[in-house]
Amino acid sequence: MAHRPKDLALPPRDSGSTDLLADYRSDGFYDEIFGNDDEHTRATAEVRQRLAVLELTDLRRRAGDAEREFHNLGITFLILSDNEAIDRILPFDVLPRIITASEWRDLNAGAIQRVTALNLFLHDVYHDQAVFKDGIVPAELVTGNENFAEQMIGLDLPFGTYVHILGIDLVRDRDGVFRVLEDNCRCPSGVSYVVENRHMMQRAFPDLMADINVRRVSNYGAKLLEAMCEIAPAGTGDPEVVLLSPGTYNSAYFEHVFLAREMGVPLVEGRDLLVDDDRVYMRTTGGLSRVDAIYRRIGDDFLDPLAFRPDSLLGVPGLMAAYAKGNVALVNAVGTGVADDKAVYAYMPRIIKYYLDEEPIIPNVPTNICREKDGLAYTLDHLDELVVKPVGEAGGYGITIGPRASRKELEACRATLLADPANYISQPMVPLSVCPTLTDEGIAPRHVDLRPFAITGESTWVLPGGLTRVALRKGALIVNSSQGGGSKDTWVLG
Amino acid sequence: MPVLLARYADTSFWMARYMERVENLARILDVTESFTGDDSGASNWASIVQLNADGKNFFDRHDVADGRTVVDFYVLDRDNPTSIVSTIRMARENARTLRPLISTEMWMQINMFHGWLETLKPSDLALPKLSRLCALVKEGCQTHTGIVEGTFYRDQGWYFYRIGKLIERADQTTRLVDIKYHTLLPSADQVGTPVDESGWNAVLRSAAGYHAYRRVHPRGMQPAKVAGFLLFDDGFARSASVCVRELNGLLTRLKSRYALRGGNHALERLDEIEAMMGDQSIEAAIGSGLHEFLDFLQRQLIRLTNDLGTDFFGYTDATSDG
Repeated sequence: MAHRPKDLALPPRDSGSTDLLADYRSDGFYDEIFGNDDEHTRATAEVRQRLAVLELTDLRRRAGDAEREFHNLGITFLILSDNEAIDRILPFDVLPRIITASEWRDLNAGAIQRVTALNLFLHDVYHDQAVFKDGIVPAELVTGNENFAEQMIGLDLPFGTYVHILGIDLVRDRDGVFRVLEDNCRCPSGVSYVVENRHMMQRAFPDLMADINVRRVSNYGAKLLEAMCEIAPAGTGDPEVVLLSPGTYNSAYFEHVFLAREMGVPLVEGRDLLVDDDRVYMRTTGGLSRVDAIYRRIGDDFLDPLAFRPDSLLGVPGLMAAYAKGNVALVNAVGTGVADDKAVYAYMPRIIKYYLDEEPIIPNVPTNICREKDGLAYTLDHLDELVVKPVGEAGGYGITIGPRASRKELEACRATLLADPANYISQPMVPLSVCPTLTDEGIAPRHVDLRPFAITGESTWVLPGGLTRVALRKGALIVNSSQGGGSKDTWVLG
Repeated sequence: MPVLLARYADTSFWMARYMERVENLARILDVTESFTGDDSGASNWASIVQLNADGKNFFDRHDVADGRTVVDFYVLDRDNPTSIVSTIRMARENARTLRPLISTEMWMQINMFHGWLETLKPSDLALPKLSRLCALVKEGCQTHTGIVEGTFYRDQGWYFYRIGKLIERADQTTRLVDIKYHTLLPSADQVGTPVDESGWNAVLRSAAGYHAYRRVHPRGMQPAKVAGFLLFDDGFARSASVCVRELNGLLTRLKSRYALRGGNHALERLDEIEAMMGDQSIEAAIGSGLHEFLDFLQRQLIRLTNDLGTDFFGYTDATSDG
């Protein structure tokens, strides 16, 4: 909760030197700048002082400049509307979100723990399936999942790494406890904004950042390339790495460009690649050239029309056969979608315990598994307090938000739950933390989440901080860009 | 040695061609507007349509080719693929594809240039404002050229860019001479009639060559000399001779630096073109038919593009033209 000495005399409004944060109140939510303990308060004191002396008009001017620059630089995502591609920037809020060194120590360790467990789980799922036999996770949750890839059974991957890039969606509750809301084990996106937001802050707010020890994020590309070279097939001295994109009309094309440039590798499309004798090549001005490792930003389904969707024009025929022979590395591995399903998410604390014999360093949002007797009973008893979500890939579909549902909707929810309890989980509503944000009405609290990115080749490295998304609408809890969400620079203090 | 995707070579080549094309078009529109106060206004505007071989497309949409319709068609008409706004849109799409390859400054300038063009309204095209608008378009293209010179990393992508630019430039110059020579000199029996000096003046200005021409030919304005200057002059950046010579050098260096097997046909063709131009004087070319000479030259440039397409861009058959 934000605490400011209430008795502090505020300078009059028209004096021209108002404390920018003087009127700010975090409305009872955990606040990412003010925190709730001495450590956080001390760590952010210097930044708060520098923010306090900024003028609102100056802040707005710099925010406007930053927005224009994002547009000119083409740091945008594409929206297709009426057959026209429109460039949109991800709205950028100039007030940073701050993570202290000790908070980051835990998040870093928690992310490494999580990705380690996920990789062990995926290896097990596609090999011995001990996790099913030992009754930790019901087999049908995984093998019956549409992301389960038969082709991966028995395939050995370098270092047993399946999830080379993990994006973990974290929220922070009223007490300031970080909790995992979701894992993204397939193609987590957004990291380009982390780096570009930092560049923008350095240009727009050199005065705010000077001498503050913020951990750098600019080496993400180098770390990713390093991991990709580690997992490239043995015997390729200087492996040829490429980034496979669906093309310029993909909404995340900018990110693909960003990552290819940062890694210094070719950005290819499916039509640039071909498979001959189970080896992958790209078409160059000098003829065919061997490819060893592919960071693919294309879903499993579209990767290879011979193995998956036959109508896919984005992929490369024969790619899976080359992969199965170990002639090419794919990042992330195929079939990782079984691990970031909502159904499996609920079991993550047990999965971590099972493989690592550790408690989760970053807890889940408390989750009731309705396929289990206790979980169902609790859910039915507290329907009006809980969010009930179907598992599987429904993505927002069929969710009942108890506190906001009518009596009729709650009864309908109860009926569907009872009809097929195994298809549901339930969670309390999380009162997401807030961060001071520049809005039309001045500096006001807005809800945020955090997506750290972990890269794993032989070992795991976590990008300090991650993507802070902010729900720019007052009171809104949904941070997605499609719902009016923006992003902030995320500072991990050294 | 870093390789270059065939698709990127193609895209870089065409990005350069589109930017070069727009610069030429802006200059021609500007010059036509400045020189049509007098007698031959309508035929001058019509010749721009002819120059771009847009007859059908144009007259499907407009009944007459005059200042208003030609400017509408060539500046802001999004449905006309040869308009400035359409061409810059294609250049920007190419730049978007090439973003991993080109400098941020190159991308940003094309992106902003395109963004500015998109904000133009028909009222900005009124003839009194046209010259200023054309100046800004030219300036945008030349800024691009400068940024390329100063920031584009000179590996294969840059070579293909340069090759595209020079082919387009040679194409534009030969078209200009071809169309204007016949517009301004309708038939052989008019030899000896007073020369339309201002018309030739305009042709030279359309190719940014008026002052350079004056340094070589301080007096008079003879059609043959103007045509000879535009086609054969050794020092004029837009002459067909200079373009072909530079093309030959670039392709030779590209092949040897990157050990590329392809490009032999293109090199042979460039040798042929160079030899043909070296042997030819403007008088002889006019004597045996300037149009035929220029037509052959243009066909050779199209074949050259096809050669590059097959050898480097991954075209399965030669199906490319501007």
